[in-house]
Amino acid sequence: MSEVLDLFREPWTFEFMRRALIAATLVSVTAAVVGSFVILKGMAFIGDALPHASFGGVAIAFALGENLYVGGGIAALLTALIIGFIGRRGIVKYDTAIGIIFVAGFALGIAVASRQQNYTGELFSFVFGNVLAVSWGEVWLTAAIGALVLALIVLFYKELLFTAYDPTMAAAAGLPVGSLQYGLLALLALTTVIALQTVGVVLVVALLVTPAATAQLFTRSLPGMMLLGAALGATSSVVGLYIAWYGDISASASIVLTATGLFLVAFLFAPSRGALWGGTGRT
Amino acid sequence: MAGNEYVVEVRGLSAGYNGHAALEDVSFTIEPGCLAGLVGPNGSGKSTLLKVMLGLHKPWSGEVRIFGHAERPSHGHVGYTPQTELVDWTFPVTVMDVVLMGRYGRLGLVRRPGSRDRALAVAALELVRLSDRANRRIGELSGGEQRRALIARALAQEADLLLLDEPLAGLDAPAQHDLLRLLEELRKEGKTLFVATHDLSCVAADFDHAVLLNRRVIAFGRPADVFTEEALSEAFQRHLFVLPERNTTMIGP
Repeated sequence: MSEVLDLFREPWTFEFMRRALIAATLVSVTAAVVGSFVILKGMAFIGDALPHASFGGVAIAFALGENLYVGGGIAALLTALIIGFIGRRGIVKYDTAIGIIFVAGFALGIAVASRQQNYTGELFSFVFGNVLAVSWGEVWLTAAIGALVLALIVLFYKELLFTAYDPTMAAAAGLPVGSLQYGLLALLALTTVIALQTVGVVLVVALLVTPAATAQLFTRSLPGMMLLGAALGATSSVVGLYIAWYGDISASASIVLTATGLFLVAFLFAPSRGALWGGTGRT
Repeated sequence: MAGNEYVVEVRGLSAGYNGHAALEDVSFTIEPGCLAGLVGPNGSGKSTLLKVMLGLHKPWSGEVRIFGHAERPSHGHVGYTPQTELVDWTFPVTVMDVVLMGRYGRLGLVRRPGSRDRALAVAALELVRLSDRANRRIGELSGGEQRRALIARALAQEADLLLLDEPLAGLDAPAQHDLLRLLEELRKEGKTLFVATHDLSCVAADFDHAVLLNRRVIAFGRPADVFTEEALSEAFQRHLFVLPERNTTMIGP
């Protein structure tokens, strides 16, 4: 019996695994809460675009010797602003604007990175994620930004809900709908930045979308969806790190694939809405 | 609204999108406590007119006075229910959540709905006979119940003027009848209702005021006076035929 318990304990006897667990859990909880809005508003493409674009900022910060997270954050926020601005002008379609901007940001990142003689390894850990290498400083930064994002969502929950559900009526009721929509993009950008180190540019969108989508199959209210999504995100982090430890595979990949596995199980077996019960997803 | 003869007063209103006019020189008035229909074919500018009245769309020229005020008193007074195709019925919110949103504009930023807000939402749900559906997900309601939930939201707002965009569309006859009875009750409570619809026969039978719109106002006043053969054929341009029969007007598609 104690041998089984030892198997469960073993990974956490190492400090870097404990750090990884804390960072991954913080990120996946934050991402699931923000991600609830992302999937309800059909913003998954933006959720993929911001991390890619932020890589441009990370690379430039690296070349200049500045803080990589600040660089990535500025690039993500700028991209969110530009996409929001172009989309609201209505000259180019929203997803076209996203497609143009985010690839440009990512390409810029590759261009800058290709000019760096050394340390491209560090840069490319942002592309594929390297949660096992996070420092305590990065864990604290993640905790601070995650707490800020969650606090803002709790504080402005009423406004975010109304604007997401019915922007026309929210505007008629006098809510600053434009600012709230930009605000949500900014929260998404911040979440992106802390998710970079955990899962990397390419996989951030999975943490935003997958746990929240799984939760949506079970709940009828937005707070329920956020809480369950956060729990599923945290579970994916823990299980994913075990798999990474014992299977000797990339932690970012195993966290994301665990979340995907949970979604598939829920999709097939969710009460009343599971695909096996003939659910349509409408009710 | 003391001393105001009209709840709605629209004068010389023109509006549109990207240089294309949707409304040209629109003028009409609506009296208090009146069930008024906004009638016109698809694309006649009904939704645009409602959006201008709500202050969501800037007109090119002209003015809209609501309860005598030209500036939009955005929270309160004016309630609105959107076309049902524009509502996301898959969103994870309960009926109660949606009705409570009617209070959000008055609450101001950050503040949470309190017991008075809840009481108003409960009363609104009772009025539209949806009390037993309060904790259902909004998407689980039938078509008629969905319209009533949106009306409850406008009522929770304590609005005296309700703008309803196509509330009758897509309902079967019994559900239409239920909804019309509800509108009638609200009128008796002193609300003024302005209902966009292309269902001429409902307006002809049950409403006490009609605005016939096709970019311009073709006619407005009592339905019997508005729905003349001449006015209707001008508004609908051969999309329907009209059979005048002594005192009643028969209308067919």
